[in-house]
Amino acid sequence: MTTQVKSAVAMVGAALLGALLLVQLPAAQGAAPPTPLFWLATSAQALLAVQSVRSLAAFNRPRWMGTLTAALFGLWLLYFWQLQVVAFQVPRVLLPPPVMILQSMLEHWPTLWRDFTQTVLKAVVLGWVLGSALGFGVALAIDRQPFLQRGLLPLASLTSTIPLVAVAPIAVMWFGFEWPSKAAVVVLMTFFPMLVSTLAGLQASGKLERELMHSYAATYGGTLLALRLPVALPFMFGALKINASLALIGAIVAEFFGSPTSGLGFRISTEASRMNMPLVWGAIVVAAVTGSLAYTLLLRLERRFAFWHPSVREAVGT
Amino acid sequence: MADTLPLPLGERLRLHGLPVASMVLLVLLLWYGGTWLLNAPGAIERVLRDQPWGWQDLFTATMAMERPVLPAPHQVAADFWSSLVDWPLDSPRNLLFHVAVTAESTLWGFVLGSLLGLLLAVCIVHSRTLDRALLPWIVASQSVPVLAIAPIVLVILGSLGFAGVAPKAVIAMYLCFFPVTVAMVQGLRSPLRIETEMLHTYAASRWQALWLLRLPASLPFLFPALRVGIAAGLVGAMVAELPTGAQAGLGARLLTGSYYGNTVQIWSALLMSALLGLVLTSVVAALEHLALRQRRQA
Repeated sequence: MTTQVKSAVAMVGAALLGALLLVQLPAAQGAAPPTPLFWLATSAQALLAVQSVRSLAAFNRPRWMGTLTAALFGLWLLYFWQLQVVAFQVPRVLLPPPVMILQSMLEHWPTLWRDFTQTVLKAVVLGWVLGSALGFGVALAIDRQPFLQRGLLPLASLTSTIPLVAVAPIAVMWFGFEWPSKAAVVVLMTFFPMLVSTLAGLQASGKLERELMHSYAATYGGTLLALRLPVALPFMFGALKINASLALIGAIVAEFFGSPTSGLGFRISTEASRMNMPLVWGAIVVAAVTGSLAYTLLLRLERRFAFWHPSVREAVGT
Repeated sequence: MADTLPLPLGERLRLHGLPVASMVLLVLLLWYGGTWLLNAPGAIERVLRDQPWGWQDLFTATMAMERPVLPAPHQVAADFWSSLVDWPLDSPRNLLFHVAVTAESTLWGFVLGSLLGLLLAVCIVHSRTLDRALLPWIVASQSVPVLAIAPIVLVILGSLGFAGVAPKAVIAMYLCFFPVTVAMVQGLRSPLRIETEMLHTYAASRWQALWLLRLPASLPFLFPALRVGIAAGLVGAMVAELPTGAQAGLGARLLTGSYYGNTVQIWSALLMSALLGLVLTSVVAALEHLALRQRRQA
């Protein structure tokens, strides 16, 4: 171990130890009003935390050090959130401490799981797959029709400036309160980004490569499979990633306009009106984790299938 | 577009205007077809019950329903126009009143969010610790459905005594700042190594390097992010209007329309929000054009 590693380990260890000691103070447990001593200790702990993150941030390799740094930073955020909220006895309507959110999540796990299946597994996944597939299919279909492309593309890119979520009340009116109306909103929101990106990706192959394919006497389908679709992959993955968070937003907002008695959006709006904030935060954590997982999964897939693209190679650092 | 000569007007119309116009026409035709199809059952049940009717009667009936499943385009246009003209500007029945409310919170959120995004980006570029520790969280938070937080922010700010524009602007701000931060980090890092080293040989301070080199270099990255940001901010402002009791704003108009089953009102509010989105992004695009004009000439 080099001295740099040693000092970083010592720094992080000291900060964690300090954190453990700090929560033993009566003020940190909400048992006594915060004293000057508590203030001093908290400031010292904040300094320690900053130093520990800095010592980790100094490393360039290995690659997981970056993740570790970010994780430590997130841990400190949660820690100080908990500490301050408890010490100052912030009303839990305003901001519940993280531990309480976790407790509420564990307590209401069956409810949250039902909401998750209702919103994510039905509306979001189905709508996302359908919307993206439709966008891809339409893009392929009009690929050989310059007239249709020139007509559709400006209109399709205009939709990105339009708040499409606003069709949610209409969808609820047409398809009822159950999940199909949410899936319909998601289909509409995900369709256009996929269409625009796929069209852009299909245009992205260079003239040289196309002429090479032509000189091989490759058919339209052959060129598409061997050259143009692979070139379009990074564009399509970009759209799929955007669509993943758009789909979650669409489904959750659509539930604000009317839903059966489960679903993440329903849970958020009803529990917020009942001032049961820990559970609201719990539902948000579920949505956030779902969104991040989907993003990570798509990123993995992109690295696997579009490994040759400069943006991917740069990120992996070879 | 510097390398292509501008086409003559007639040529441009033939190449771009004609396809777009025919697509718009196709959409309108499909819309009328949909109106006919979707409203037919209701029309048969409610309007044409007591009389013999032919398809012409059915067609005219579906086009002028009181509460259609899908209103015909001319119905939406008529409602849109009458809501603009028939009521005074400060009446809640005038759509422009709602547009003003929504645009106000969108613009506040947009300005605050862009400034916050800019500030964060400058800090991240200048601090290795923030770059390693904070940036991953910002990128990850883009995959989080931010709008889900809207009700909470409203409750928190409401109990702190903030009402009116502030909570809606905060949500719009929250949606605006991500694209700006991410694009500006990229933009502020876009100057070449030679250029930063040259400033170093001039003994320029970090502030001077930021002001003279990094900020100008980042402008082409900033404006696309601003366009995305203002569109996202509009969505945020509209969604933020939903849980506040739906008093004013385009989002509130949508909600009341869906409560009372007034489909024509929903559609004209939808049309208005689309127009507002278009206007806001074109304003940003015009600013971009102005700001980058000199550079394109050089």
